[in-house]
Amino acid sequence: MSKLKVAVGFLATFTAGVALATAAQARDLTVVSWGGAYQEAQKKVYFEPFKKAGTPMNDESWDGGIGVLRAKVQGGAATWDVVQVESEELAVGCEEGLFETMEFSKIGGEQAYLPQTVDACGVGAIVYDFVLGYDKDKLKDAPKSWADFFDTTKYPGKRGLRQGAKTTLEIALMADGVAPKDVYKVLGTEEGLERAFKKLDTIKNDIVWWKAGAQPPQLLASGEVAMTSVYNGRIDAANKAEKKNFGMVWNGALYTIDSWVILKGSPNKEAAYKFLDFVGKAENQAKLSENIAYGTSNKDAPSKLAPAVLKDLPTAPDNMKNAVEISVPFWLENIDRLTERFNKWAAK
Amino acid sequence: MTAAFVAGADASSEVPLKRRLKRAERTRRLKALALILPLLLFLLFTFLGPIAGMLWRSVDDWEVRQVLPHTVAALADWDGKDVPGEPAFAALAGDIRTARDAGTVAIASKRLNYALNGFRTIMAGTARNLKTLPEPGTAKDTLIGINPAWGERATWAAIKGASGPLTSFYLLGALDLTRNVDGAIVAAPEEQAIYRDVFGRTFTISFGVTALCLILGFPVAYMLATLPTGQSNLLMIFVLLPFWTSLLVRTCAWIVVLQSEGIVNDSLRWIGLIDEPLRLIYNRFGVYVAMTHVLLPFMILPLYSSMRSISPAYMRAAASLGASPVTAFLRIYLPQTVPGIGAGSLLVFILAIGYYITPALVGGAADQMISYFIAFYTTETVNWGLASALGAVLLLATLLLAVVYGKLVHGQQVTGGMKN
Repeated sequence: MSKLKVAVGFLATFTAGVALATAAQARDLTVVSWGGAYQEAQKKVYFEPFKKAGTPMNDESWDGGIGVLRAKVQGGAATWDVVQVESEELAVGCEEGLFETMEFSKIGGEQAYLPQTVDACGVGAIVYDFVLGYDKDKLKDAPKSWADFFDTTKYPGKRGLRQGAKTTLEIALMADGVAPKDVYKVLGTEEGLERAFKKLDTIKNDIVWWKAGAQPPQLLASGEVAMTSVYNGRIDAANKAEKKNFGMVWNGALYTIDSWVILKGSPNKEAAYKFLDFVGKAENQAKLSENIAYGTSNKDAPSKLAPAVLKDLPTAPDNMKNAVEISVPFWLENIDRLTERFNKWAAK
Repeated sequence: MTAAFVAGADASSEVPLKRRLKRAERTRRLKALALILPLLLFLLFTFLGPIAGMLWRSVDDWEVRQVLPHTVAALADWDGKDVPGEPAFAALAGDIRTARDAGTVAIASKRLNYALNGFRTIMAGTARNLKTLPEPGTAKDTLIGINPAWGERATWAAIKGASGPLTSFYLLGALDLTRNVDGAIVAAPEEQAIYRDVFGRTFTISFGVTALCLILGFPVAYMLATLPTGQSNLLMIFVLLPFWTSLLVRTCAWIVVLQSEGIVNDSLRWIGLIDEPLRLIYNRFGVYVAMTHVLLPFMILPLYSSMRSISPAYMRAAASLGASPVTAFLRIYLPQTVPGIGAGSLLVFILAIGYYITPALVGGAADQMISYFIAFYTTETVNWGLASALGAVLLLATLLLAVVYGKLVHGQQVTGGMKN
């Protein structure tokens, strides 16, 4: 056993050594985001102007997954500096020591940002929602809630949901009449879980499971589903770019926050803070919201927006009224167990 | 070759000559080894090393040992019959205080949460509420006061079970087994026991895809092997074109073809065969169709190369001796294609059990194969122990299959030519 350990250790050292040797050359600041329409918008309002202001930088995209960051940082070959992460990646990565501590004094101070977007390891980038999306051309009678989503007699057709337990169970409970603010309290009990799966049973054969954010608009466009859960920005992008006529329901929306983090041991920390300071400014964030319908983290950003733009953002008071934040602590504790349970249910 | 020749040489030949031959043989072998040395090293560092690392991770249990060292030591001779005594509580209180200052509480609680759901909350709450080290003798009451869970045997059994340095926890988990509070191996709770099903599903789908590829690929390969060169080259391009096209493109093309308002359903409706669209995708049927299409060339190419080397004279001879076409095919032609069938089937099967993208895109929630779960635990929840254990089980199953295959086709040499 110890021999094996030595061998594995030796191998790891060797590969890390090789990796270090190749990564030791200085490189420009590298910023990583989610790709697609969203990164195009960021290029336009963040990356290009920031480059013009005098700091060279590159941007890359990724598909998320804390495992990717763990491998990058622990492998000793972190080729990324600033990464946009989801709320759970922020929490777990912070626990694992994968990120630098965020020094808010260098990016305009904590008081400039909405309180829920301030974290020890990161600063909020966008606020976005999972909403109920549908095609206005196909459904004459607009659905109003997740309860309508589960009503296949009134609204015939298939339904799109994100594969997995997360978001699916919350939606099922809200459809069953649980108030948004009580969702996690109910989901934390055995009866609540049973109730969620029972509700899902009612439309089990009509569900099409999607895995990537680009899929739901396609499912709607091809007529594969009549309604689907979808990121609000994607509906907006499809309407703007492809002249679709998709609608969305803010009632019972699930919102979450993505944050910027600086990877541990980044050689470009100064440039990274310069970048974060730039993208944290209210006037720059307002431009992002004009290009894609996501809320942002700076308190003053909404005041710089036209009312017409503001009303379609997740952060608009009307849209927040009946929304629930996806609970990071709940999912950190239960994701593995409920993933197994979800798959058990799916295979039945 | 030469070695065999020497061994079979006349035994009465002179010893020195034999020795000289051996020596020459050895230097030749060393030279040959030196030639493949770069490849060997490459394989060692990029393939064998990582695999060893993966297998190691499936049994490595370092988190709790590192974060709660005194607690682990205090529990070393705990019999597990009852809640441990004051010293263990005092050690735990000290460890938690230290871990909180070092910011490592979550590392241990993540590992403990696998063993006992809810441990994250217990640890986080205890670390938050344990303002000072308890007075000597009061640690037990203090901790139970903060969270009653510390007064339960299961909580301590979870810590003891995760004490390391090695654990069978992940490997058992990958086989739907767990240890109960007394340390005996029992079946995992029914609603969480999914991995045997998933492995079964993975092998069922792979086997089905292999069979479909063989049924579809055999006639195609036969045609390619028997047509005149010009025509067979043209047909070969049809086989190779999809083979060179990206997997993702082919998978997405099937979505367009099979979806409910796709080409197939629209045509069927237009003919009037159906009123309601058939469900051809996002289910098992879609997975079979797309995977068979993607893997077909891997079956056709080995079959084709084995059929190319079969002389048509054999079949003519069989016919002239009075065999009916069916008999001639079954007794003369088919046995000669067995190496091709074996190679193609093994290739398709082993590629299929590792499939991830295609079932993820065209399958439903009940059609995900084992790679989906390995990827999920690797990137999303960083439960690398379980991901490695699932990988280890898959690796073992694949190796077993390769061994069985080796036994089955043992002695059947693929010579690519006349075997006489």
